[in-house]
Amino acid sequence: MHPQEPESSSAPAAVLAPGHTFTTVTDQLSDMVLVRPYEGRWFLCLGVGFSLVMTLFTAAAYLLFQGVGVWGIDVPVMWGFAIVNFVWWIGIGHAGTLISAILLLLKQDWRTSINRFSEAMTLFAVACAGMSPLLHLGRPWLFYWLMPYPNTMGLWPQWRSPLVWDVFAVSTYGTVSVIFWYVGLIPDLATFRDRSKNRWAKMGYGVFALGWNGSAKHWHRYRTAYLILAGLATPLVVSVHSVVSLDFAVSVLPGWHTTVFPPYFVAGAIFSGFAMVVTLAIPFRAWYGLYDYITARHLDNMAKIILATSLMVGYGYFMEGFMAWYGSSSFEKFALLYNRPFGPYAHSWRMMVFCNVLAPQILWFKWARSNVGLLWVVSIIVNIGMWLERYVIVITSLHRDFLPSSWSMYHGTVWDYATYYGTLGFFFTLLILFIRFLPAISITEMRELVHKTQHGHGRTTEASPETGS
Amino acid sequence: MSHEAETETDAVHGVIAEFEHEADILAAAEAAYAAGYRKMDAYSPHPVDGLAEAMGFTKNRVPLIVLLGGLSGGATGFMMQWFSAVVHYPIDVGGRPLNSWPAFVPITFELTILFSAFASILGMLILNGLPKPYHPVFNAANFDSASSDRFFLCIESSDPMFETEGVKGFLEGFEPKSLSVVPVESDPGDREAEDS
Repeated sequence: MHPQEPESSSAPAAVLAPGHTFTTVTDQLSDMVLVRPYEGRWFLCLGVGFSLVMTLFTAAAYLLFQGVGVWGIDVPVMWGFAIVNFVWWIGIGHAGTLISAILLLLKQDWRTSINRFSEAMTLFAVACAGMSPLLHLGRPWLFYWLMPYPNTMGLWPQWRSPLVWDVFAVSTYGTVSVIFWYVGLIPDLATFRDRSKNRWAKMGYGVFALGWNGSAKHWHRYRTAYLILAGLATPLVVSVHSVVSLDFAVSVLPGWHTTVFPPYFVAGAIFSGFAMVVTLAIPFRAWYGLYDYITARHLDNMAKIILATSLMVGYGYFMEGFMAWYGSSSFEKFALLYNRPFGPYAHSWRMMVFCNVLAPQILWFKWARSNVGLLWVVSIIVNIGMWLERYVIVITSLHRDFLPSSWSMYHGTVWDYATYYGTLGFFFTLLILFIRFLPAISITEMRELVHKTQHGHGRTTEASPETGS
Repeated sequence: MSHEAETETDAVHGVIAEFEHEADILAAAEAAYAAGYRKMDAYSPHPVDGLAEAMGFTKNRVPLIVLLGGLSGGATGFMMQWFSAVVHYPIDVGGRPLNSWPAFVPITFELTILFSAFASILGMLILNGLPKPYHPVFNAANFDSASSDRFFLCIESSDPMFETEGVKGFLEGFEPKSLSVVPVESDPGDREAEDS
């Protein structure tokens, strides 16, 4: 096959560089894993990530030895870094499913290059998220008390508590994300099985490819199952962060007890998730030279989503303040109109507004969206801002409760930071292993994209019976 | 599989033709179906629109399985909460209703999704007969590229009209890139070659 014309002049940039065929796409994407030699910088990255994992293990071991008192939590701030990190990570975990499922249903071609990668990011982020509340339990080995199980005490979880809903929501989300990711991987694992020269690699990929042979009948059911999974994941992803927000909103604490929380949390989750995808995709494509696959178009679209969700998050902040002003609760007025912007944590609040509302406004400009370095910096700022948002929500509402005699300040200890940076290292390590051993870009879907771009968007240029017979 | 074939030569799984383009395999599959062949399968590196339908394969029970999975998940979720709150461990909080169903919605929803997701992956794999590490079609020449960039059409020996030379002649007409007979048993020579 010969290089085709770049699809059309109307599109700003292609989702796939022109000139690719099934062969080139398969070769390039599988050679990233099967042929590419191990590089020093890969080991360096793994080493950095793994040292942070060791930090996490140390922090967790000390926590288990000593108890949760090693963290900065105390009365009245009993939810510290653990909950901040939990919400931050689970928010990051939302972009993967959004890209994979919702954009699939909306037939957005540009999702194809980044979906596998973002799904993996989701899984690892959810794993990091799950760790925080488990460690916060104090006795994590009794985690199964969260689940309904037959026990001699005849006890059940409290079904009317959002914290129990959260257990179900997050564990369902983690499980469904794994299923979705794995189903997508099966055909690519078969490609790896058929192409790898190393006998052990062949067996390893072969086992997980489950004997996939690309039969048209199999594809037929596969596509249905994949589409259904996307349809299932779509309401799920919205429900998860809504339920997380109910952990806060169902309480009676000023600054938490607000109806805007579910949509505002979901928007914030997408916001931070896309920021993390951009943060990771830009160095990844530079490292592996994937400019043909992750094009200017992808970065531009993601920047637009970051901008849109930034506006939603800004609206959420505004509505919180507005409802406090408009309502008649003096505690809420104090919490939102005085304590957050001018209180002892004002620096965090102001930084949060800068990171989440002001800084992303630069993405209105096309030159900013096409400036890769600038976009990367903005994405980092957003990641920091979203962490601060959760910090502000959790800490400021707790540290000034209804009884001034119990007011106090909260600061993370060195063990809080060790745990947090440790989860970052855990996340990073898994990603580094993932891009080395698994197809980080879906080869199968890339081939479909090649087919689509070669035959125009009408798709059925050949005499295909489509749904007939 | 036919026993008379085993006596003389190795048993035959079918005759397979290799194509380079989606359009070619679609045309071949349609023609084979029109010519009366029914036991056949096509192998492609990515889903080809209309290929399964061209071979007369339209039955797909995955959606039904997912529906049943979802219904059982929802029922499990709700009944578990109802049973615990109303029957097994009722707690009277100021006379509020024991069956406080609105509070049971989130978990009911989550379990519906969870069971549906399991139903869709398991339904898809089981109906596809996977996992199945060995399949005779893997013996076909150059079949490794079926997961990369080639399309294969295999007319199987279980078809009542199957007759090796006839099918070969029929597939020859579509000018395939290659054409070969697929044995049921893998050639032991292959395995040794791989080991060395």
